[in-house]
Amino acid sequence: MGRTLKFNIFRFNPEDPASVARMDPFYLEETEAMTLFIALNLIRENQDPTLMFDFMCRAGICGSCAMLINGRPDLACHTKTKDLPGDITLLPLPIFKLIGDLCVDTGTWFRAMNERVGSWVHTSKTFDPQEEEERMDNALAEQIYELERCIECGCCVAACGKANMVPENFMGATAFNRIVRFMIDPRDERKNDEYFEVVGNEDGIFGCLGLLGCEDTCPKNIPLQDQLGMLRRKMGFSQVKHLFRALLPAKRIAK
Amino acid sequence: MDTFYTDLVCVGAGLAGERVAIAAAVAGFESICLSVVPPRRSHSSAAQGGMQASLGNCCMGQGDCPDLHFADTVKGSDWGCDQEVARLFAQTAPVAVREMAFWGIPWNRVVAGKGVYYKAGKAFEKIESAERAGAITARDFGGTAKWRTCYTSDGTGHTLLYTMDNEVVRLGVKVHDRVEAVSLIHDGGSCMGVVARCLKTGKLRVYLGKATLIATGGYGKLYRESTNAVINWGDGAAIALNTGLIPIGNPEAVQFHPTGIVPTNILVTEGCRGDGGTLKDVDEERFMNIYEPAKQELASRDVVSRWMTHHMRMGKGVPSAYGPHLWLDIRHLGAQHIKTKLREVDEICREFLDRDPITQLIPVRPAQHYSMGGVRTDKDGAAYGLRGLYAAGEAACWDLHGFNRLGGNSLAETVVAGRIVGEKIVEFLKGHESDFKTSVVRQAVSREQKRIEALIGSGGNENVYELRAAMGDVLMDQVGIFRNHADLRDAVEKLQVIYDRCRKMGLRSSCVHGANPELSAALRLPGMVRLALCIAQGALTRTESRGAHAREDYPERNDRDWLKRTLAFWKNEDDVLPVLEYEKPSKVWEMPPGERGYGATKIICTLDPEICGLKPETN
Repeated sequence: MGRTLKFNIFRFNPEDPASVARMDPFYLEETEAMTLFIALNLIRENQDPTLMFDFMCRAGICGSCAMLINGRPDLACHTKTKDLPGDITLLPLPIFKLIGDLCVDTGTWFRAMNERVGSWVHTSKTFDPQEEEERMDNALAEQIYELERCIECGCCVAACGKANMVPENFMGATAFNRIVRFMIDPRDERKNDEYFEVVGNEDGIFGCLGLLGCEDTCPKNIPLQDQLGMLRRKMGFSQVKHLFRALLPAKRIAK
Repeated sequence: MDTFYTDLVCVGAGLAGERVAIAAAVAGFESICLSVVPPRRSHSSAAQGGMQASLGNCCMGQGDCPDLHFADTVKGSDWGCDQEVARLFAQTAPVAVREMAFWGIPWNRVVAGKGVYYKAGKAFEKIESAERAGAITARDFGGTAKWRTCYTSDGTGHTLLYTMDNEVVRLGVKVHDRVEAVSLIHDGGSCMGVVARCLKTGKLRVYLGKATLIATGGYGKLYRESTNAVINWGDGAAIALNTGLIPIGNPEAVQFHPTGIVPTNILVTEGCRGDGGTLKDVDEERFMNIYEPAKQELASRDVVSRWMTHHMRMGKGVPSAYGPHLWLDIRHLGAQHIKTKLREVDEICREFLDRDPITQLIPVRPAQHYSMGGVRTDKDGAAYGLRGLYAAGEAACWDLHGFNRLGGNSLAETVVAGRIVGEKIVEFLKGHESDFKTSVVRQAVSREQKRIEALIGSGGNENVYELRAAMGDVLMDQVGIFRNHADLRDAVEKLQVIYDRCRKMGLRSSCVHGANPELSAALRLPGMVRLALCIAQGALTRTESRGAHAREDYPERNDRDWLKRTLAFWKNEDDVLPVLEYEKPSKVWEMPPGERGYGATKIICTLDPEICGLKPETN
């Protein structure tokens, strides 16, 4: 130990007309097992009580504390200072609307994403409290859970080359992963054509440049590359079908 | 002033709050959920282990039924719970699990054939029938007669919360995130909604509703060491208490979890012990098999936490820079099991401890974990004291858990209570119209406005973070796992001093634009200290040991004098102590008081014929 850490932290308060975007330096003596959660709280409690940042679970579960740590999107709570150089630059995530300093509005963004992809089981059935549950193979349940582990932290979106080019509309890996999660779930009755309507376009999977910043930065290590590949394949088939429909008279296509 | 009118104001958008809002939406009513964080970040997401429901699908759960779940819950509560509520809960839990499956939870399922499980470090074989294959399975948790805890690996809370919020999105329920309720609006008889503060802009807002729900979770962050999330400061309980009309039920009933990691107090799930993990001391020897030969590591949480503390006091703790701790050993469960069924545990160890649980021991010690106490409600979830106000989940004292909650019963409570209380609120909304009195609303707003102005211009020299830390120290050191008169007496006095110092708080920041985090903390603190005083005073007055409340000077469970629920009121703004009243814990005594079968204590029996008149049932 014994290092003095220098933090360069982005500051801007959009609510304050006098506020100017700037980088503020802070210095801390590094302690054993220090994380950015510990460090940022020490800075706020002892140096600058106005510093804005978000933490909730402080255990890598809730996704509140994503930020750019020396340029890379990651969760601050599970980032140990011993893995970083002595000079640490912290910026808020790009793409998302800034609330102040390191806080961004992921809530609004993800609500819109969930509405856009229809993030729920689409079914024509109704729940019958007397009925036993439908059976499911455990391996499939675990496969769904694997994709359900997304914590909506926003790292994949912040790391996405395409999203940084068209921040308004591009859906991002989190949305693609969510769609695949419902595609593999037999309880969801949506057909590929219905998913195609949502994601089969330039703002969706066809806009993905394949740079895979998402896969590299996902703090939950969700295999995003595989989901993007699968979605692109399936939507590719749907697109070919759409193309045929456009070219051939409707009657002649069997289903 | 932004003012929002709706049918139901849900304060809190975790599992309980959202489940209630869904019930209202399905019945055609409009709700607005207020949440201090985006809803999917609520602390419900942190529950790893599972949700209890007596489905009885897996072979180790065969023969399970609501009767057994009810009995385990009552025993677990040390007969402090409301037995009508426990019965209602046990019967509804299986339906609630299946409903969540219908909405999309990828519950782990029964896999036919031979399997190995561990108990107390030893391997056993079990055979699942082909007939139940694919049905929702369960794992073993402390204090239960059967394997009853339904789960999705170790992200059960996460999948439940995401699936619940999916329903909220599907139904178009509004959620206003980064909004904190700062007081209830009421006229002494009816609740009309809340004054809230926007945590993006710092501005006050008014939410008016025919009904208001408090579902803000627990108040673990009053304690220095807690597994709870940063936001669990007890805002819902505090604003209810501040009315002077609504009591906090059993504030002294605070649960400690045996396995918080050292030093960050992040919880590793009870599933570790349920799946066969063992606790070891400085000599890497087990000890729970000596203290609790029957249940061993799987005795209820209060019992395990106490023996761990006892064992460390005997000098058997592992010394560390952060004080003594013990070891949790899951190495024998193997890489395959740890990397799938206990994946988050694996991640937590690697990311926060730099340890590999497959080859290394995990440093643990008990930390505050759950608030059994909360806004006292009747069995419909209606709060005592104000019409139109409800509470559900950990924020409420419904009272399912009495003096100790069983693992897996809290997630179950959020979903089950949300379902039941939601229906009751719908009944209420159907027959109810509100008169919103502008004078009452204005008074409530101006009171909050004045508090803010007073803090900004106070010039006081007390620091909010120092006061909060002092409160956490007092609770942890003197109102913790083991309690006694001298410490509690001293704790109450110290907390009173801290409460007084709160009046002299001053801000070091002068920024009035936006939701200044120091100002937010300062606005919350007096309510938190009041809650802390309720806990300490409740614990001081209760001269017995029951469930998680363990008095060294009164080790017996005293059913004769203390088979009752504490109701803590803060009657006047100027009071410096809560007023304590008491009520019988249950109207119905389906299961008369008896022994729990673990954590053996002497019992002083009650002579009340209403309670002990029935012959004890045998299971």
